[in-house]
Amino acid sequence: MLIYVLRRILYTLPIVIGVSLVCFSLIHIAPGDPLSAVMPDGASPEVMAQIRQAYGFDRPLPVQYLKWLLNMASGDFGVSTMTRRPVASEVFPAVANTLILSAAAVVIAFVLGTGLGLVSGYTAGSLRDRGVTVLSTTGVSIPHYWLGMVLVVIFAVNLNLLPATGMGSGGLSLRWDDVQHMVLPALTLAVIPAGIIARSLRGTVIDVRKQDFMQTLYAKGLPGRRVFVHVVKNALPAVLAVMGLQLAQLLGGSILVETVFAWPGTGFLLNNAIFTRDLPVLQGTILVLALFFVFINLAVDIVQSVVDPRIKRA
Amino acid sequence: MIRRGCSKPLASAALLSGLGLALAAGPALAQSKPGTLRVAMTAGDIPLTTGEPSQGGEGIRFMGITVYDGLTRWDLSKADRPPVIVPDLAESWAVHDDDKKVWTFRLRRGVKFHDGSEFTADAVTFNFDKLLTKSAPQYDEAQAVQGSLWDGSLASWRKIDDYTVEITTKQPDANLPYALANIFMSSPRRWEEMGRDWNKVAQKPSGTGPWRLESFKPRERADLVRNANHWDPARIPKSERLILYPMPDSNTRVAALLSGQVDWVEAPPPDAIPRLRQQKMQIVTNIYPHVWPYQLSFLDDSPFRDVRVRKAANLAIDREGLVKLLGGLAVPAKGQIDPSHPWFGRPSFDITYDPKEAMRLLAEAGYGPKKPLRLTMIISTSGSGQMQPLPMNEFIKENFKDVGIDMEFEVLDWEALRTRRRLGAWAPENKGRSGINNSTAYWDPDIGLIGPAASFMPVPLGFNWGRYKNDKADALATKAKQTFDPKEQDKVLAELHTVMVDDAMWLWVVHDLNPRAMRPNVKGFVQAQSWFQDLTSVTVE
Repeated sequence: MLIYVLRRILYTLPIVIGVSLVCFSLIHIAPGDPLSAVMPDGASPEVMAQIRQAYGFDRPLPVQYLKWLLNMASGDFGVSTMTRRPVASEVFPAVANTLILSAAAVVIAFVLGTGLGLVSGYTAGSLRDRGVTVLSTTGVSIPHYWLGMVLVVIFAVNLNLLPATGMGSGGLSLRWDDVQHMVLPALTLAVIPAGIIARSLRGTVIDVRKQDFMQTLYAKGLPGRRVFVHVVKNALPAVLAVMGLQLAQLLGGSILVETVFAWPGTGFLLNNAIFTRDLPVLQGTILVLALFFVFINLAVDIVQSVVDPRIKRA
Repeated sequence: MIRRGCSKPLASAALLSGLGLALAAGPALAQSKPGTLRVAMTAGDIPLTTGEPSQGGEGIRFMGITVYDGLTRWDLSKADRPPVIVPDLAESWAVHDDDKKVWTFRLRRGVKFHDGSEFTADAVTFNFDKLLTKSAPQYDEAQAVQGSLWDGSLASWRKIDDYTVEITTKQPDANLPYALANIFMSSPRRWEEMGRDWNKVAQKPSGTGPWRLESFKPRERADLVRNANHWDPARIPKSERLILYPMPDSNTRVAALLSGQVDWVEAPPPDAIPRLRQQKMQIVTNIYPHVWPYQLSFLDDSPFRDVRVRKAANLAIDREGLVKLLGGLAVPAKGQIDPSHPWFGRPSFDITYDPKEAMRLLAEAGYGPKKPLRLTMIISTSGSGQMQPLPMNEFIKENFKDVGIDMEFEVLDWEALRTRRRLGAWAPENKGRSGINNSTAYWDPDIGLIGPAASFMPVPLGFNWGRYKNDKADALATKAKQTFDPKEQDKVLAELHTVMVDDAMWLWVVHDLNPRAMRPNVKGFVQAQSWFQDLTSVTVE
């Protein structure tokens, strides 16, 4: 078990380096001058050369990459070309804000998704199952930024029940004044994961209930709700895997949903950084998010092997 | 026993509707507070707060002329005529008779920064050094980059006495007072107090402006409060508090306005205007120094070298139809400058929609069904001043097809387009491109007329992208730079514009009408014909 964990952690290292290479080079391949966004129109060539040098953009790419990697490793994420603030001070608060939103979205998605998945798995083939399938397929198919705007129009503009934008006073706060800002964006973000969880859980529940041991349990005389517990235990690893992926994706911060709601998370940050060509922020944010993804997958793998003793990855 | 009529989805539904009822009983949301003006900006972040703001015109509008003053400023109090430059921190100025490169500025007395220190000539030299003297301890690269658009002609400066400053320009430059309106005075004492660290000053900036920045959270909001000690009693803000919210998505801004979360939004999208009007929001528009053109290439391989082709292309555009497409939020262009402006002049080439004449001119120039005119224009998907580039370009493409012009596009995102514009038509990246669709401002003579038309002002120094060369234009541009009397200069500039239009230098399409939307209880706003606006007269009832 321990060896499995250690080996997984070791494999993560080349993944991290590969991710950093891709993240670094993607941005440089994009058309346009990295510094054009910082320069007002009419900036003289001297000013432009000076800025280029200050950011090290005049060095060859491999040199820039190594320098960047070493800086990142020591915690220096560089300085934003737009705001001159350290990138770390931009990225980490944004990550925290997205975490808050993602946590809420994951909880809603889990509740909705498992509920729907269990219902349709248990009543497979019935009208109820069809209904739930339609619902979850719709949920997965709707563009969530569109859904977000529709929710804003209904709840904020027409009914004036919830705020249309922003995070309130920011930070982790349980006051209703702040929590109300989270309701619509979290709901919007939860719809797709809920649909995915429901669909995948449905399939798993159907498979589990077809297994031979289910007959044995009934034959033993176990009441329905005890059998249900067994079904859940068997279906859980699959749900966890899906949820892990969904959480990692939510942490990426949906650019579109956060922009629609002006929620100051990583999606909003990336949106602005892309349009203003703020390379240091782009590189820093993408790397942090990619690493999150890698480590969450690692954690999910480990949790899975703990929860499901059948997985022997010696 | 569960799983029959599983209660989970029902439970969720019940929870949500319960939430709904609870919300209905909750406190009233985000309503206007009298005395507080909440503004949603199109920028994605709070502009730089230390003196020279970032985020372009919007940055100057909300973090420049609010918190700071310059030696001169634009008079933004009138809606019916273009703004003029008036004294601000400088009471008067004059260029020397014998050496037109030297100016003397007499400064206003009794002006205090927000931190209480006096504004004197030392503050002026401090701020010029901050932008231009690399060896000065107060040199701030972030502000220097922003200021480089305005301070290019400054050669040297010195304090004559506490209230007199002498400025020397590199060449005789009659446009210096225009440029100085965008160079803002930041308090030297605050910089010292903050340990000579501009990043700390950014948190607690100090200027002489009508508003004081109380606090801000990057990317979320900025709170400005009234400066009751502002030296100009006419411009002490009527509102107590001004809150700025970055909201780059246009639909988000509309939702925020309609739901009462903000009182004022910049740039609502045209299709939202009818809905906003229906909900009793005020839509304020006015012409301002903006034009939406195609900047043309005059290189050897460009079809636009022939004036007949340039005129034909101008005549082929159905501007009225385009204005309809934009919901009436634009005005057809008759040149670079709008006809009500003193710099319009008397061009003889009348830019209208005349497809027959366009085809005739094209035929004369040798184009026709056997030899169609093929163009490739560089366009963007969005950007400051670009309005709705994709539908507008598609519309014009159809207009052109009707007269036998085949227009293709190279579509870039805004920053990539700006880079191409800075490189010039001659750069390898721009090879084979007939023009670039980049919106242009004309609030001062350099940006609007001299920069684009003079052959000695190629990009990135000036705004002549295509290597346009016209000796008459060059002579007038040079003369304008050296005509120091504003009224006389207006006449020279009008002549320059006349030459530009008669020569069909660019394809001019429409002027934007700068729409803003505000709630019905917002009063007192005068929309100046400017990229900048004065919020001191605005109240929220």
